[in-house]
Amino acid sequence: MITLIGGSAILAVILFLIVRGYAAQIAQNGQDSILSASVSSLLDAAVIQDGAVEVDFPYSSFSMLDTELDDRVFYAIYQDGEVLSGYEDLPAPIAKAGEQSTFQTVQYANTKIRLASANRTLIGATGRTQISVSIAQTQDALSRTLNGISQTVALFGAGFFGLIVLLSYWATSITINPLMRLATSVQKRGPQDLSPFQKQVPYEMVPLVTSLNTLMGRLDHSLTQSEDFIAEAAHRLRTPLAIVRTKAEIVARVATDDTTTKAAQEMIHAIDESSRIAGQLLDHAMVTFRLDNLAREEIDLATLATGAADRVRPLTDLKDIELLATVGPPVSIKGDVVLIQSALHNLLDNAIKYAPAEARVEIALTETDGRAILTVTDTGSGFPMAELELLADRYARGSNATHVVGSGLGLTIVQEVMAAHGGTMDITNTKTGGACVRLSFPLS
Amino acid sequence: MRSIVFSIVLIPFLWLTNTAFAFEIEARASFGPDDGSVLRIISTADIRFFEPMILSYLADHPDVSIDYIVASSTNLMKAVQGGEDTFDIAISSAMDLQTKLANDGFAQPHVSEATLMLPDWAKWNDMLFAFTEEPAAIVVSKAAFAGQPIPRTRHDLIALLRRDPERFQGRVGTYDVRHSGLGYLFATQDTRASETFWRLAEVIGALGVQLYCCSSDMIDDVKSGDLLIAYNVLGSYVANRDDREEFEIIMPADFTTVMLRTALIPTSAVSPERARDFIDHMLMTSYDEDTASLADPNLPLPEGSTAVNRIEIGPGLLVFLDQLKRRAFLNEWESAILQEQ
Repeated sequence: MITLIGGSAILAVILFLIVRGYAAQIAQNGQDSILSASVSSLLDAAVIQDGAVEVDFPYSSFSMLDTELDDRVFYAIYQDGEVLSGYEDLPAPIAKAGEQSTFQTVQYANTKIRLASANRTLIGATGRTQISVSIAQTQDALSRTLNGISQTVALFGAGFFGLIVLLSYWATSITINPLMRLATSVQKRGPQDLSPFQKQVPYEMVPLVTSLNTLMGRLDHSLTQSEDFIAEAAHRLRTPLAIVRTKAEIVARVATDDTTTKAAQEMIHAIDESSRIAGQLLDHAMVTFRLDNLAREEIDLATLATGAADRVRPLTDLKDIELLATVGPPVSIKGDVVLIQSALHNLLDNAIKYAPAEARVEIALTETDGRAILTVTDTGSGFPMAELELLADRYARGSNATHVVGSGLGLTIVQEVMAAHGGTMDITNTKTGGACVRLSFPLS
Repeated sequence: MRSIVFSIVLIPFLWLTNTAFAFEIEARASFGPDDGSVLRIISTADIRFFEPMILSYLADHPDVSIDYIVASSTNLMKAVQGGEDTFDIAISSAMDLQTKLANDGFAQPHVSEATLMLPDWAKWNDMLFAFTEEPAAIVVSKAAFAGQPIPRTRHDLIALLRRDPERFQGRVGTYDVRHSGLGYLFATQDTRASETFWRLAEVIGALGVQLYCCSSDMIDDVKSGDLLIAYNVLGSYVANRDDREEFEIIMPADFTTVMLRTALIPTSAVSPERARDFIDHMLMTSYDEDTASLADPNLPLPEGSTAVNRIEIGPGLLVFLDQLKRRAFLNEWESAILQEQ
C-alpha cells in the first residue's frame, strides 16, 4: 500500500515534469517560429539601392510579435557585423548559420529575452555584403502560458495521485481480506487439525494455499509416521519385557539368598514401569488414531466410571489405597467409548501412582447446568500450583513427581480426548491439598 | 465657496523660459500653492488643452503643486531618456515614441483599480496608459466653404483639389513629418491604411503644400484664411477652442486615423506615488465606461464604424522608428510632397 502510494506520487511528479517540459518546449517553439518569421520578413526586405543597404520592412514584421501580455521587443540589423539600425547593445548573434534562424535565451535590459538571428548575403554592384538580423522578445506571455499549463498539469497530477491512492486502497483491501480470512482460519484451527484449506481464495493466492496445504499434508504424514513408530516400538517392547519379567519372577522364586531375591524384585518393579510406559505410549497412539476417526455413539458415563474403577482396583489393593466411586444414575453423552475409557483409566492410574499408600482416591459423577461433571480427587500432595498450566503438555511432569517413574503422557491423553469431545479438563488442588481433575462433558 | 478656494489657491502663474532645462521647451506653467509637494509633468499637449485636467486634480488635492512643461515629442523623449531632468509623468501624443520608451525600459509599471478598468487596447505592458482618443481630422473654415460641398473622404478631397488647382495653390496645410513626431505618426499610419495617402501627397505636393510643426498653427491659419484646408489636424484642438463653430471638423469617412494620447511614469520619477495618483485621476476622468471610449465628448467618433482606424499600441509602432525605415519613408514623402526635381 505504502509502496503503491509512494510509487504513484513519484509517477505523478514525473508526469508533471514531463508534460511541463513538453509544454515549455512547444510554447518556446511557438515563440521561436514567430521570431523566425519576423527575422525572415526583415531579411527579405533588405536590398541594395544605389550602393546602400535599404531595409524597408513591413509593419507586420513587428506587429506580429504583439502578445497578450505586451511583451517587449528588441532588434538589431547588422551589415557585415556593424550595427546598421536598431538596438546597438543587443547581444550579438551566436553563429553565422546562414538563412536558418538560430535561437538563444539571453539576459538583456534586466530581463530574460529570446533572441532569434539569421543572415543573408546581398550581391550589389560593388560586391557582396552580409546582412544579419536579430530580433528578441521578452517572455512574459510565454511564462504566463507555462504557468497556466503547469497549474492544469499539477491539478491533473494531483487527481491522478488521488485516484491511485483510492485504487490502491481498494486493490489492497481486495487482496488483504482473503489473506486475513485465511490467517484467521489458520489461527482458529485446533492443534491436531492438519486437513487442507478449502476456503475460496483469489486466483493469485492459490499457489500459496496449495503449498500451505502440501506442507500440512507432509506434516500430517510425518506426524503419523512418528506416532506409528512409537506405537510399533512400544508394542515390540512389551513382549520381550513380559519374557524378562517372567524370568525375573522365576529367579526371585528360586533364589536362595536375600540379595538375589531383592535384586530380582527391583528388576520386576522396573520392568513393570517400563511396561506401563509402553502401554501408555500405545494408548496415546491409539487415542491419536481414534481422534482422527472419532466415533459418536451414546455412552453412559456412570457405567464407564464404575468400570474404570473396577479395572484399577487390583492396583489400589496393592498400595492399600481406598478407591471410592460415587456414581449416580446413568448420564448419557455422545462420544467414543474406547477413548473415554482410556482417559478415565489414565486419570485413575495417575491418581493411584502419585498418591501415597493408604490414601483415598475418589471418582465422582454429577450432572450440573446441562453438563456431565466427572471428578477424580485424591488425598495426596496435589499438583504444584505454579505448574498447573503446563501439566497437560505432552511429556511434561510435575516437579514433585521426579521420584515416581512416569511418561508424562497421562494428562495429555485426557486433554486430547476432552478436546475431541467438546469438553474441558480443569486441574486444581482440593482444599486439603490433594489433586483434583475435573472433566466436563456436554450432555448428548 | 469653491470658486473662492480656486481663486486663492489656484492662481496659475505662467512664464516662459528656456534656460532651466537641457533641452528646448515650448511652454511652462505652475499650478497650486508655492509650498506644495511638486508633481512635474512633461507633455506635448498645449497648456490650454490640459489645464482642465490639472485643475480638477488640484481641486481634490490642494496641497499639491504641479509644474507643467510643454515640449515637442522628440524633445520629450530625449528628456526622459537623458535623465538629466527628472519628471514624474510624461504625456505625449507620439504613441510610437512613448511605446519605445516603455519598450526600452524607461517607464515603470503601474497597476491600480483605474488601470484595470481600462480596455486592453488602452494600455500597454502596465506602463503606457491612454487617456484620450484623438482623431486626425481635415479642418476647413466654414466661411471659406460657404455654399460649397465639403469633402467627406480623401477621395472627395483629391477630386476637389484636382478640379480647382488655382484656388488651392499654396493654401493646403499639413504636418512637416520630418520635424513633428505626431505628423510622422499620422502619415505613417495613413500609408498603412490605404494607398490613397500617397495620391493625396502627390496632389497637395503639386499644389505647394504648406508644412507646419503643430496643429494649433494650422488651425490659426485656417481661421485667418491663409489656409483653406488643413490635413491631419488634431480634431480635439479645434473642439476645445472657443471659436470652434467657425470650423468644420471632417473625420474622413474612408478611414479616420485615431491617435491615443498616452501617459507613462518614467523610471527616474522623483515622486512616483503622486504620479500614480494623478494618472488614476486622469483615467477615471477620461474613461467613459458606458461607451467604452476615451474620445472627447465634443468630438464623438463615429460609433462602431469600421472607418475608425485606432492606432494600436504595440511593437508594430517601433517599425517606423527604425532609422532605415524612417529614411526610406522620408525619402518617399519628400519626393511626393516637395517634388524637387
